[in-house]
Amino acid sequence: MTTAQSSVFGRPFGAGRSVRPGFWYVAPAVFILILIGLLPIFWSIWVSLLNLTGSNRDGTFIGLRNYARIFSDEKLGWSLVRTLMIMAVALPIQLVLGMLLALHFQAEKPLKKLFVTLLVLPAVISPMVAGSMWRLMFDHKFGPVNQIISFFTEKPVVLLWTIRGDLPFWSIIITEVWQWTPFMFIILMAAISNVDRDQMNAAAIDGARPHQIFRHVVLPAIWPVLIIALLIRGLDLFRIFDSVWQLTRGGPGNRTETISVFMYIRGFQGFDTSYIAAVVVVLAVVLSAIVMLAVRRVGLDR
Amino acid sequence: MKMLRSLVWYATSLVVCVVFLFPIYWIFAVSLKKPEEIFRSPPAWFPSEPQFNNFRVLFTEGDVWSIFNSLVISGSATVIAMLLGTLCAYGMVRFRIGGEHLSTFIIAQRLLPPIAIVFPLFLVYSQLGLADTYHGLILLYTAFALPFVIWMARGFLLEVPPELEEAALIDGCTRFGALWRVAVPMARNGLFATAVFAFIYSWNEFLFALIMTRNNVMTYTVQISNYFGPQSTFWAKIAAMSVLGTVPVLILVSVMQRYLVRGISLGAVKG
Repeated sequence: MTTAQSSVFGRPFGAGRSVRPGFWYVAPAVFILILIGLLPIFWSIWVSLLNLTGSNRDGTFIGLRNYARIFSDEKLGWSLVRTLMIMAVALPIQLVLGMLLALHFQAEKPLKKLFVTLLVLPAVISPMVAGSMWRLMFDHKFGPVNQIISFFTEKPVVLLWTIRGDLPFWSIIITEVWQWTPFMFIILMAAISNVDRDQMNAAAIDGARPHQIFRHVVLPAIWPVLIIALLIRGLDLFRIFDSVWQLTRGGPGNRTETISVFMYIRGFQGFDTSYIAAVVVVLAVVLSAIVMLAVRRVGLDR
Repeated sequence: MKMLRSLVWYATSLVVCVVFLFPIYWIFAVSLKKPEEIFRSPPAWFPSEPQFNNFRVLFTEGDVWSIFNSLVISGSATVIAMLLGTLCAYGMVRFRIGGEHLSTFIIAQRLLPPIAIVFPLFLVYSQLGLADTYHGLILLYTAFALPFVIWMARGFLLEVPPELEEAALIDGCTRFGALWRVAVPMARNGLFATAVFAFIYSWNEFLFALIMTRNNVMTYTVQISNYFGPQSTFWAKIAAMSVLGTVPVLILVSVMQRYLVRGISLGAVKG
């Protein structure tokens, strides 16, 4: 039985004359990744040179005009600004809260494992379900958030969380912080517990205060992990879609449209096909460059 | 003094847990409430008469098919991605195929925005009739799971000492035999954890499904999203379906405790 198997997978694949040994191990997976992950972007280049829309399904060649539109598109520009703002606010909060929790849970206590297990749960729930949960939480009439605020202010408060003013932005931030602080927490906690205890003890014996030990012993030791966690979260925040879609659908108006929401609405509801294809190409090129550099830099590919 | 500090520690831990678990509690509570109690203002903190009617409705009206679709798509994609991904990781670890360029390419696939891939892919899929079919979605989800699987499997296979496989090769085992009978059993636990996380990520996925599925293979995440309408919002169904979608994840994660840190940090941190 095994000889039949190994003759298929072993000799011809492993010791083929024309290809490097091991090529056939890697080929199927890489083929799928190129087919689904890479070729569509090349297809996008072709589509971006046409003028396909919902009403114009044949499309004629119009050169680079779609690309010219990108740079004068204020809505796209604002969606980029909003996405970056969500990153700029949510990421530091997640990091600081996650770090505080990680330090808090360095203490060895009987129930520690249970607390940690419970605290991690938000990070593994579907972001889409998390968005739905918070949509229910934030409902101004039937949700508990306003109720809790009213309890503390001791007078009835009715905030239109997903509708009015800047509140939708903050409802997105709260949802993101709620879901991904546990991610930062669990990674940092693991990193801190890997720090050399002897070094920390030695610093303590030499009279270093806790914040000095943190600053000069712990922080340098966990730095690489911290940067990787920030990179993963930062890029995830850049493509944020699910929770925004559930909370506000990009509204009111387009005040919470992030890049992904903008592209979805324009591409699949506005059918501005060729234009979005051009946006895809620009986004893919710019982000690939950033991601590759960042990944190499922090050594995530090692 | 020590006692007091311990007390403060427990109190803080408890408060933090309550804050972070409350939204999860709330969706469970809503799913057990009667419809008229869901729409009570101010809201009731506990379901006064817990009942499972909201879940029963999902079964009688057939909405629960979306859970089945999620299961088929995520399950199949996980199996295929595990097979191809483990092979690929083995090639990378033992033959150094592709070198650093391949590693960077694979990890970058995990980090790039999915909308940039799925938008042009939708144009291709609708031309080929692959949208809203099981095989189309399974192929897409396989590609979605592969970078993660390759990355995790690579980490676990790197921990298998090559000497053991070399011994097997000398005893007449083929390369594939060495992978299948030596390396895979050695890395068994890690690979199992990889499969579980790959499944969870596929199960949780929303954007691909939103774009690629309509009526035939709609997943549960798209189903929940469809309950939010401009006029009416079906809270009972939203809550019940969210609970059905979340419970399997919670169970899987509590089984996978030991690999949790590795699973969510792409193997960057070995907890």
